[in-house]
Amino acid sequence: MIISIASGKGGTGKTLVATSLALSLKDNGKVQLIDCDVEEPNDHIFLKPTFTKKERVSIPIPKVDEEKCTHCGKCAEVCAYNAIAAMKKKVLVFPELCHGCGACSYLCPEDAISEIDKEVGVVEIGYSGSIQFAHGKLNVGEVMAPPVIRKVKELINPECTVIIDVSPGTSCPVVESIRGSDFCLLVTEPTPFGLNDLILAVEVLRKLDIPSGVVLNRVGVGDKKVEEYCLRENIPILLTIPLDTQIASYYSRGIPLVEGIPKWREHFLELFEKVNEKVNS
Amino acid sequence: MKELVVLSGKGGTGKTSIVGSFAAIAKSKVLADCDVDAADLHLLLNPTTTEEQEFWSGQVALIDEDKCTQCGLCEDICRFEAIHDFKVDPTSCEGCGFCYNVCPDEAIEMRDCLSGHWFISQTRYGPLVHAKLGIAEENSGKLVALVRQNAKLICEKEGLEHIITDGPPGIGCPVISSLSGANLALLVTEPTLSGIHDLERVLGVCHHFGVPALVCVNKYDINEENTRHIEKFCNSQGVELASKIPLDNIVTEALIRNLPVVEYSHNGVSREIERLWENIYRKLKG
Repeated sequence: MIISIASGKGGTGKTLVATSLALSLKDNGKVQLIDCDVEEPNDHIFLKPTFTKKERVSIPIPKVDEEKCTHCGKCAEVCAYNAIAAMKKKVLVFPELCHGCGACSYLCPEDAISEIDKEVGVVEIGYSGSIQFAHGKLNVGEVMAPPVIRKVKELINPECTVIIDVSPGTSCPVVESIRGSDFCLLVTEPTPFGLNDLILAVEVLRKLDIPSGVVLNRVGVGDKKVEEYCLRENIPILLTIPLDTQIASYYSRGIPLVEGIPKWREHFLELFEKVNEKVNS
Repeated sequence: MKELVVLSGKGGTGKTSIVGSFAAIAKSKVLADCDVDAADLHLLLNPTTTEEQEFWSGQVALIDEDKCTQCGLCEDICRFEAIHDFKVDPTSCEGCGFCYNVCPDEAIEMRDCLSGHWFISQTRYGPLVHAKLGIAEENSGKLVALVRQNAKLICEKEGLEHIITDGPPGIGCPVISSLSGANLALLVTEPTLSGIHDLERVLGVCHHFGVPALVCVNKYDINEENTRHIEKFCNSQGVELASKIPLDNIVTEALIRNLPVVEYSHNGVSREIERLWENIYRKLKG
């Protein structure tokens, strides 16, 4: 089973939920945690994994052989991203705009374009106790997260209960991360920002046709509008976590909630059971 | 005209609450919400939209079943695994048009995508440019660029002093699009190991694009040891730690009432944000 942890709004507690869920489940079977928040991965701070392997993530970008090139302009014509410009005597490539689709090299009538790898990030693979761990890291200054997400998702081990930590938002990196999940937990908080962004995240999941439930974090200050919305939209609230300085303090030190306060393990196991029931019903 | 962009790396550190307060304090400015896939600033500013525009960007492939001979070439060459069983999954398609260009039966059409909307609004604090990226859409970077462009036009036309931009979390495409060419970045962090880790990366992006940065630690008293660590880190990077804002539930209370915290209360949080803006104002004047 693949469970993704997403949110719309950032900083609502995805990392807390992902790491505590993984740690709670580790004694009951094989667990894998995959951190797909490749712009700002944080799960490793809490799980302190031992990395055994590191792989570069690259996209293929065009390299033009000026000897063979007749400057016909076909490459520039087929590039949807304006990543290649054909001048009268020279072809210019703009690597930061290239998506690596390969159209230019395939369609060049002179066979003058080959492809070279451009590194955009890395994937690190290892383990934390019995938890299999992997995360992707987008290189600083790079734009394109999806290739790194695709690469880290190739490591999904179908024998495990897989937990995927997703970046905030609703655009392409989020879709890329969530796609293929059996269930998605949406972590939010009881504030107008939390509600607004939860509504957007729910729309994403409906578009992808993936069932979801809510984890409501920092319950205490705030209002009841997230709960009212969930009731109206028939979205189950599967776990609530109170606003608590002790929880915030453990989080600030990189200590997983279920290690700081072990009784939370029970709550996360119950959460998993609820998800399990929903997926299998 | 000077442009401040507020970023954080990690989400939920308080960018929008701070920008909302700057909106209330700063006198001559246009506001830009560049968190186009989960925009929240409008919730604090209660805008009246005066102009709404469609954002058409990119394309998706569509296969004409009647013309398709099911040769499978499109599926073979697609690097985004967007074609299965002679159908295109529009959420995977990156609109490269490779399939369109190679289809021997001319059975593939490229259709323009309506990827979102952008708005010019009036608020009690001045003009706001904001946007809504379509659900699960691409090209957020281009929509961010459009929001900033229009904020600039308004700033010039109305002779305003500042553009104050609320940025998205992360370090990727929309962040780089929000940051490049700005005069100053305010990096809002929190004293957690995650916050510190993410601050280091987003500061790296600022260095990469040559934008000077200031750091603000929000909820600094959650973990004062970590706050000291951030202070040391900033020193080592030659970056000013411009502000330490205490944890106070009043920020959430103000938010529930859809008000910038500086308008809701005049306690320590508000005074600290006011001091921070004065500091930024001087830097922008520089």
